[in-house]
Amino acid sequence: MMEEVKEVTSALSVHGHNIKITDVVKDGDVLTFVIVSQKLSGTGEYHVDRTWDDFEWLQQHLFSQEDVPGIQGVIFPPLPAKANGNTSAKVIKQLGVLGLGEWQPYVKALETFLQLVATHKILNKNKAVEVFLTSSDAPGRQKVKKNIFNRLSQAVEEMRKEGHKDVDEFFQTERDHNLVLTGCTKTAAEKFLDMVLTEQKIAVACGHFSAALHLCVEPGEDPDKKAFSRLCVQISEVFNSMKKNMTSVAENNVNTLGLGLDQESRYQEAEKEMLFRRTCKLVELENATRNAEKAKPVKKEAMEELKTATKTEFQEICRVAKQEIKQFQGVRVKMLQQALVQWCERQLLTAKESADQFNQHLQAFREMTQ
Amino acid sequence: MADTVRDPPPDGTDFHELEDGEELFPEPAAAPEESQPASLPAEDISTNSNGPKQDLLFDDDPEDLFAEATEEVSLDSPERDVLLSDGPSPAITPITPPTSVITPRIGHAHDDMFTHSSFDEIEEEEGGDSFDIHISVSDPEKVGDGMNAYMAYKVSTKTSMLLFKQKDFSVKRRFSDFLGLHSKLASKYLHVGYIVPPAPEKSIVGMTKVKVGKEDQSSNEFVEKRRSALERYLMRTVKHPILLKDPDVLQFLESSELPRAVSTQALSSAGLLRMVNKAADAVNKMTIKMNESDAWFEEKQQHFENLDVQLRKLHASVESLVCHRKELSVNTAQFAKSAAMLGNSEDHTALSRALSQLAEVEEKIDQLHQDQANGDFYLFSELLGDYVRLLTAVKGVFEHRMKTWQKWQDSQMLLQKKREAEAKLQFTNKPDKLQQAKDEIKEEIEELEGKVQQGERDFEQISKTIRKEVSRFEKERVRDFKMIIVKYLESLVLTQQQLIKYWEAFLPEAKAIS
Repeated sequence: MMEEVKEVTSALSVHGHNIKITDVVKDGDVLTFVIVSQKLSGTGEYHVDRTWDDFEWLQQHLFSQEDVPGIQGVIFPPLPAKANGNTSAKVIKQLGVLGLGEWQPYVKALETFLQLVATHKILNKNKAVEVFLTSSDAPGRQKVKKNIFNRLSQAVEEMRKEGHKDVDEFFQTERDHNLVLTGCTKTAAEKFLDMVLTEQKIAVACGHFSAALHLCVEPGEDPDKKAFSRLCVQISEVFNSMKKNMTSVAENNVNTLGLGLDQESRYQEAEKEMLFRRTCKLVELENATRNAEKAKPVKKEAMEELKTATKTEFQEICRVAKQEIKQFQGVRVKMLQQALVQWCERQLLTAKESADQFNQHLQAFREMTQ
Repeated sequence: MADTVRDPPPDGTDFHELEDGEELFPEPAAAPEESQPASLPAEDISTNSNGPKQDLLFDDDPEDLFAEATEEVSLDSPERDVLLSDGPSPAITPITPPTSVITPRIGHAHDDMFTHSSFDEIEEEEGGDSFDIHISVSDPEKVGDGMNAYMAYKVSTKTSMLLFKQKDFSVKRRFSDFLGLHSKLASKYLHVGYIVPPAPEKSIVGMTKVKVGKEDQSSNEFVEKRRSALERYLMRTVKHPILLKDPDVLQFLESSELPRAVSTQALSSAGLLRMVNKAADAVNKMTIKMNESDAWFEEKQQHFENLDVQLRKLHASVESLVCHRKELSVNTAQFAKSAAMLGNSEDHTALSRALSQLAEVEEKIDQLHQDQANGDFYLFSELLGDYVRLLTAVKGVFEHRMKTWQKWQDSQMLLQKKREAEAKLQFTNKPDKLQQAKDEIKEEIEELEGKVQQGERDFEQISKTIRKEVSRFEKERVRDFKMIIVKYLESLVLTQQQLIKYWEAFLPEAKAIS
């Protein structure tokens, strides 16, 4: 049952910027997330359980707001893909870097999605947002009707429109720029993932070496034997430290820049989708204009009306799109900056800790008599 | 007498060194006979079973002996088979009696004055001339063209030891020279229980690339790998107090011209492994169940079997690590490129700059990965590989001890038989031939008694030598591993310190965005 809207100005009764996912539970294939949001009134929090299907429900509701003027000009915050692989390899294939790090980056991505939605001036007015964040019952699981935003349903012919020449220099530039950036970001994110996966392999190899050294330890009173055994144990510890270091480096990568690049990549794709919708509307408008001109007197008025309606829609989209693009540029730069700073700080810390650790080992070996 | 014997009795190649007037043997009378190995009585060759049996060991054998070979060996084995099977048996066949150490036992009465005990004295001498020698192999240089081309390496020795004529000198050597040196040392010392360090592996594939002039990274890596292996080989050889003083070693290090080693098929560690396996087979076929009276040997043999297994596992593990590290370097370089492209496409100035900086940092990190991969390889992987190969030599000496025991037992059995035959002679009824037969048998028995005694002495000597060698090996092992891990840790610390520098430089760039 939908809860009544408490305030008229905003449908949302909670703060958007500090929504947190505090827990994730895996039951078989299904991940359940605990979402905590702070009441605007300052009197407490909402705790709700949601699965990915609930997130999709929310997203579909946002997509299907046909009555909101210029809705197609909105850059919809990207929702990460569903994680339902039964092996970690499958999950990594589905989610990329979000499939690593014990769901931590995945959770962060979902959190970001909710925060962006809940702070979006157009989107947060949708009741579905309130229901999602505050209703103790899971939102209805019925499939929402198909909407214009399902790219999958777009016919192949429509894809041709992607290259359609624009009438507005601002948008043409933005489209060109976005095309290049989406490509570069996607590649960078993929290469980064490759790096991280290899780092993990190294960590595993160090672990194996460390374990194998323990097999060289032999009992016995013979002093040379004892010396060698002791040496093996100590070398084993060194490789264990190496394993820890590499694991840490990989974790840092995943949770900061990995997540950041993935987020940026998906967000760029979201802008691309919006620009495409606008382009489609442009094509529609150009067709309508042509039809209106060519129309036989009988149909002329109808055609003219259609043309006017389409023009209005298009102009609304452009208006919203311009706002969205400005907002988007600010947000994405900030997100990337945060990712880069965090990444650098954490790697710096790990390097310092490792340097200390290795130094300690080194001193211990140098002091070994014999 | 104690300090006169510095070299073991010569084999043919050392002929000229004798003439330098070095006093080799306690009994001057012995000397002239020494210098003509060819004139050694046939019986001498037969007294050491290494003669005929040695032939057996080096027979070409189509049977696949590489099943147990080290990875390195099996990599080259098809080619190696080709090499080893053509031509005459390797240098060890007794033109120069391989047991040159034992042969100059002219007059069996004097054997205890021999080089065995003299070796003991040599080792005690160690304390006097302190071990101070450093050898480096450098400046690989391609000599010649096409398939006759070869790599010449500069072998430089720095030492304060009086053993050498100079303090700082160098010579040019090629790979087959190293193999030749090893072959000589192995033929002299292995069968009396000295652990002779194996020579580096041959590699047809690697050398062919070099010969045809392929100047790429893999052939450069090959040359560097070989250079490093040759250096380690020499250092390990000279660290051995006995081998250090061998005239072949001295000649190798000092002499500007070296006679070309012809039969270099001998005793690379693959050859050694073959020998060991064949020896094992030969031994089994003769159903030697040696009555091990000394538990120490049994225990040590088991220990080395275990160690071999462990080391191979470790080696495989490190190879895997090196592989991944190289992969990481490639991935890092690719990421750096993609980050650079991203930076170039980026409109936002500060972000663009930061991304470009990021690309540079990643390129530097790539270099660190490459250096680390080299460290992994040259320090650990090669160390473990060296020890796996060294263990084949260790196993070899244990095998030799068993063969020595067998020989002794054989002599004893033969003696027994002869004595029985002698006893039977009493009952023969051919009086005219009787005395002759009696005399013959008496002679044979005397000879066999001598052999039995010698056999027992040999066995005791080799057992004693092995004990010492094993002790030396175990101490060296601790020293080697410790040295390597210290170097490795130093490189690890350095890497982290470099990373700290890079991150500290990048942080303000990242913060400066927006």
